[in-house]
Amino acid sequence: MLCDVCKCNDATVFLTQILEGKMQKVNLCDACSKEKGVQDPTGFALADLLLGIGAAEEIEKGGPTQKCPVCGFTQADFKKTGRLGCSACYDTFSEGLGTLLKAMHKGVEHVGKLPERAARQMQLTDQMRALNDHLEKAVAEENYETAATLRDQIKQLEHEMAS
Amino acid sequence: MKFSQVMSSAGEWLRGEGPHHQVVVSSRVRLARNLRHRAFPGWAKKAERTQILEQIKPRVEELTEMQDSFSELLQDLSALEKQVLVERHLISREHAAKGIGSAVIMNRKQTLSIMINEEDHLRMQSIRSGLQLKSAFKLVDKVDSTLEGKLDIAYDQRLGYLTACPTNVGTGMRASAMLHLPGLVLSDLINQVIQAVNKIGLAVRGLYGEGTEAMGNLFQISNQTTLGEKEDEIIARLTKVIETIIEKEHDARQMLIQKKPDTLWDQIGRAYGVLTYAHAMTSKEALNLLSIMKLGVDLGAFPEARRLPIDELFIETQPAHLQKTSQQKLNAEERDFLRAEIIRGRLKLFPKPDMGKVAPEPGNETPSESNNNE
Repeated sequence: MLCDVCKCNDATVFLTQILEGKMQKVNLCDACSKEKGVQDPTGFALADLLLGIGAAEEIEKGGPTQKCPVCGFTQADFKKTGRLGCSACYDTFSEGLGTLLKAMHKGVEHVGKLPERAARQMQLTDQMRALNDHLEKAVAEENYETAATLRDQIKQLEHEMAS
Repeated sequence: MKFSQVMSSAGEWLRGEGPHHQVVVSSRVRLARNLRHRAFPGWAKKAERTQILEQIKPRVEELTEMQDSFSELLQDLSALEKQVLVERHLISREHAAKGIGSAVIMNRKQTLSIMINEEDHLRMQSIRSGLQLKSAFKLVDKVDSTLEGKLDIAYDQRLGYLTACPTNVGTGMRASAMLHLPGLVLSDLINQVIQAVNKIGLAVRGLYGEGTEAMGNLFQISNQTTLGEKEDEIIARLTKVIETIIEKEHDARQMLIQKKPDTLWDQIGRAYGVLTYAHAMTSKEALNLLSIMKLGVDLGAFPEARRLPIDELFIETQPAHLQKTSQQKLNAEERDFLRAEIIRGRLKLFPKPDMGKVAPEPGNETPSESNNNE
């Protein structure tokens, strides 16, 4: 049986862990087991077991000491739990997560349901972009009357977006 | 609504009236949602979890779908009551392990159940009998849209709904169907089917989800990925695969009738004999034998009118249901005695299997084409 990590050496360490009633098995060669810290059970990455070998390393790509500014979650916590701390963690750890999500899912972008709030926000953003384009054009053409109206509209839209 | 009322009514999906109910026991769709910038339940401290619970719970309770609902904090449910809800698939095993800061709310018909602070802040699930993934999704989607207007839900334009586990990000949707496949098991074709299903990115699991054993020839099939595909596409893909499996199951049953009738009659006869006369029975044995009885009803060896008692026994003989009904805590041995007693009681007036009544099922003579390579 080959090692699950390097896939070239024979596996000599057979790890079975029961997590929340689920059994997970990983077979490793001597070198990889040392590298992964399997000999020290407390240091072993649960993330690897839950999300596949390599998950814990992927998340560390963004740099070694990242911490979510919203919830204080770190990569080490992800490594331990295989779960994220809050929705902002997706921004904080976006670099490492990108590769992970790619391997895990059909695509890398959401194409499904759009919440009404987000849909409205997107619509407003589009409107804002269009108004700004018009404004630029109006200024370039020295059409100051139109520009003033557009500025008012932009202000109103900004107010709407903030609410 | 009280817990005793939950116990006494079986839940709509258990009545087995949905389309393809001979093979598809139930269809479920769950959505995972979270509040923006609040720590996920696994990371939040007790105080924050409670705060989040207090914010979400009233919004869920005021839903029109939740009028006269059963709403309970997890710490107020006994271990046995939690287990009953797990056996009915109304809460997950993970949720049953929760205490302070978590809650469950379900409607009277037990078709909609919402867990607060499971792995995500909100886990909303709709469950229907037979193959009805589309209508299950419709119900839970409507509830989701209503809640979205009242709660600040974590959503990212690129990644969609943000969840505690990256495996759920995007739609946050898991659609699954519970299939009863005795024909494929008895004809040793089940592993082939499981492998084919796994290859196209769908998961096959046992009775109680991830990591559980397949008992009673019951298998759960669900989507594995949630990002990069629309909800209705996922459901359409899953439905198509399930329809193919239903055909394969019917084909396998017909093959058994034609090629191995003695094996089939032996199985049904033994199941009938053991269930009718045994005085001790584990839940695993009960499930496996009841599965064969269910097959017997499907094939006409038992009258159709006997379907309901068999379907009900599937749930009633589960460990927690048994203890809750008998109002006492029982050890494993006592449970096995009681289980056998209940089954014997139910089967007392059950007619002997009549193999002469078994006729080939109409419309299943032609072997189906494989759709597995989509």
